[in-house]
Amino acid sequence: MSCVQTFQDYAFRSLGYGERLLPRSDFTLCEQFTLIGSGLVWNIYFGALALFFGFFLATAVAVARNSGAWVVRKPAEWFIFVFRGSPLFIQFFLAYQAFVLLPRNGIELNLIFTHITAETGWLTRAWAGALVVLFLNTAAYSGEIFYGALRSVPKGDIEAADAYGMAGWTRFRRIVWPTMLRLAWPAYTNEAIFLFHATTLVYFSGFPAWQQKGDALYYANYFADKTFNPFIPYPIVAFYFILVTLAIIGLFGLINRRLNRHMPSENRPRLRIRPQVIR
Amino acid sequence: MKKLILGTAALALSVGMALAQDVVRLGTEGAYPPYNFINDAGEVDGLERELGDELCKRAELTCTWVTNDWDSIIPNLVSGNYDSIIAGMSITPEREEVVAFTQPYTPPSMSSYAALSDDVDLEGGVISAQTGTIQANHVVDTGATLLEYPTSDECIAAVRNGEADAVLADKDVLVPVVNEGDMVFVGEDTPLGNGIGMAFRKSDPEMKDKFDAAIQSMKDDGTMNALIIKWMGEDSPRW
Amino acid sequence: MFASCADPSTLEGLNWLACYLTSGKHMAFYQSFLVVLALLAITAPAALLFGFGGAMAARSRIWPLRMVGRAYTAMVRGIPDIVFFLFVPVAMDQGFEWLRHKVKCPDWTDPVRQGSDFVVCPAAKLPLSTSPQWAHETYGFALAVLAFAVVFGAFAANVLYGAMRAVPRAQIETAEAYGMTPRQSFWRVLVPQMWIYALPGLSNLWMILIKATPLLFLLGVQDIVYWARELGGSKTSIFAYPHPDWRLYYFLGLLIFYLMLTRVSEAVLSRLTARLSHGQATLAGEAQRKAAQ
Repeated sequence: MSCVQTFQDYAFRSLGYGERLLPRSDFTLCEQFTLIGSGLVWNIYFGALALFFGFFLATAVAVARNSGAWVVRKPAEWFIFVFRGSPLFIQFFLAYQAFVLLPRNGIELNLIFTHITAETGWLTRAWAGALVVLFLNTAAYSGEIFYGALRSVPKGDIEAADAYGMAGWTRFRRIVWPTMLRLAWPAYTNEAIFLFHATTLVYFSGFPAWQQKGDALYYANYFADKTFNPFIPYPIVAFYFILVTLAIIGLFGLINRRLNRHMPSENRPRLRIRPQVIR
Repeated sequence: MKKLILGTAALALSVGMALAQDVVRLGTEGAYPPYNFINDAGEVDGLERELGDELCKRAELTCTWVTNDWDSIIPNLVSGNYDSIIAGMSITPEREEVVAFTQPYTPPSMSSYAALSDDVDLEGGVISAQTGTIQANHVVDTGATLLEYPTSDECIAAVRNGEADAVLADKDVLVPVVNEGDMVFVGEDTPLGNGIGMAFRKSDPEMKDKFDAAIQSMKDDGTMNALIIKWMGEDSPRW
Repeated sequence: MFASCADPSTLEGLNWLACYLTSGKHMAFYQSFLVVLALLAITAPAALLFGFGGAMAARSRIWPLRMVGRAYTAMVRGIPDIVFFLFVPVAMDQGFEWLRHKVKCPDWTDPVRQGSDFVVCPAAKLPLSTSPQWAHETYGFALAVLAFAVVFGAFAANVLYGAMRAVPRAQIETAEAYGMTPRQSFWRVLVPQMWIYALPGLSNLWMILIKATPLLFLLGVQDIVYWARELGGSKTSIFAYPHPDWRLYYFLGLLIFYLMLTRVSEAVLSRLTARLSHGQATLAGEAQRKAAQ
């Protein structure tokens, strides 16, 4: 079987398209590259969506944590503490165990005007359940980063905004928020990288694979299990993740340039990637 | 010069010692009752514990028990972390390419489906099975949706909480679960695999032969059948 | 544990629970918490050592050494740690045995790789197959520590490298003006001052390390995750204490354990920061000086 044929059969296997049966014997390097690459689609799916949704919650959490009102600040602090203080591995496991306990037929929400049945079955599937966990997790980590940046927004900026008569939402959206993002961006880039790394845990703890549709590490594990040789599939995963990391650094670097475009060039912080957050 | 001789002597001594009292390390999963499990005292227990100890006695070897996760149990054997696998492992052609099996110590056993009710679609439904087992392969072959978990216990839990319609596992493993719980056997029992044997490294034929002979002697004098009755009940196939 | 636990099937309620929670298996579970703490206690200094080496290599004037240092730190950034843990320990184990094999059994003629088998002479086995079980467990644990130290050493190298560059240039220039050699100014001026700059990063790393310990069970160490899974699974009457699926409760227990560990660490680390800031040329040190006046 040629490599092109293998690619056609397995390139979208992780999504359920193409050949149904995974290779069982005579494994070629091409099959390993194709299938593991096909699984990478899920890593990117989890990483990108969790990051996108998490970004908004993180902003809210950071603002709440900075709030003067006790009732707003405390929940934000606890949210950050619980998700940053415990291993993601345990969070996945607990989430899965909790999701399967939800009633199968959905929850009857008895509102005053109407009945709503909330479907819960999909939460036990990795595509939704793991995404929820990753979303909350990254929101907590980024929330902490944004909070730190929020505290370092220069006082002069805010005074200037006040002088222009800006207040409330306008001041936040046009002055505070862009500055906060600019300050937080290097740390947030790290968070993005490690979030993508963390997606490999999805099928490793808690969430089971359906119809052998899994992420890159799931297929690598499959090959290591069948060939009894860990020295080929895992380095392939490593190779793919280096590519993903480089892509993130490139993309976030572009955004960083845009966020800093108004700064005098010698003051522009270069994007220094330092590991500050992983789980 | 003196140093060199001393070094060689020490080497000879250590090699001699290694040959004199070889401790055979038996690797098992410890999560597959009644074949093997960790009992409440924290020790390996089950049919295979008793069997392994008896085999070592007959082969006049000293044995110790080691537990290892199912999915890395063969790689750790071939890289030499223990000397044998005795973990309810069915003899299959795929595995025989990598490890050497003894003759089976239990007859080809049945694999069964267990579910919460008997009206389950075994070919179109969701079937849970342990990753890397012959049962998982079988579910894929039938066309049903395979739901994989790393241990057999999680596969059974998946049926209880409604994730899966049925579980496919060795019948002997499911019998106690069905007898004591709310689950029932569904569909026909399927014979899978060629019986359960001990696995050794291919480069280790002498030790394999010793255990092969011991298994044969246990089959001949009926102690093997007695063990099967004790752990698996009267209904399990015997020699 | 208690005499009354001899026949668990007759027990009920609290008595049953007391016996259940003190069974041999639970004792192993409680001990595994110590394993996790021991791993943390040994890995942290080991990783710091690796990190220091990595940072020094990355600063080196010798080009190949500098490249090795940079590659080491860059590698961990690009690759998920879990992937490392899946094959680095196996590779290290086989590497050590191969080296010992070369040294101890030069006359051995059989190939080391026979098909998928990895065969070294009996004297080169690590640990020897005659060794007692605890030796095997200790060796497995040591491999796990080494794997953790390699991965987290790369993170530490990053932090220390940044901290070394953060020490004000003027401090080194002063040292040079006093006639110190580069080696002297490195050890006497740079290293003592860099810790305060490294501390935020290292505290973060400690938190990360705590949260990475559940991955221990991937390395075959029987840690708290292993026992929580084992104990929590539903048990039929083949076991002395049959019960339904209780994994949720066991994992909630683990969650609380980790939350407590991070809380305590946070408290200790903030005190340490205060101690280290003492007399340093930083904002915090300045504030302490003002408060003391």
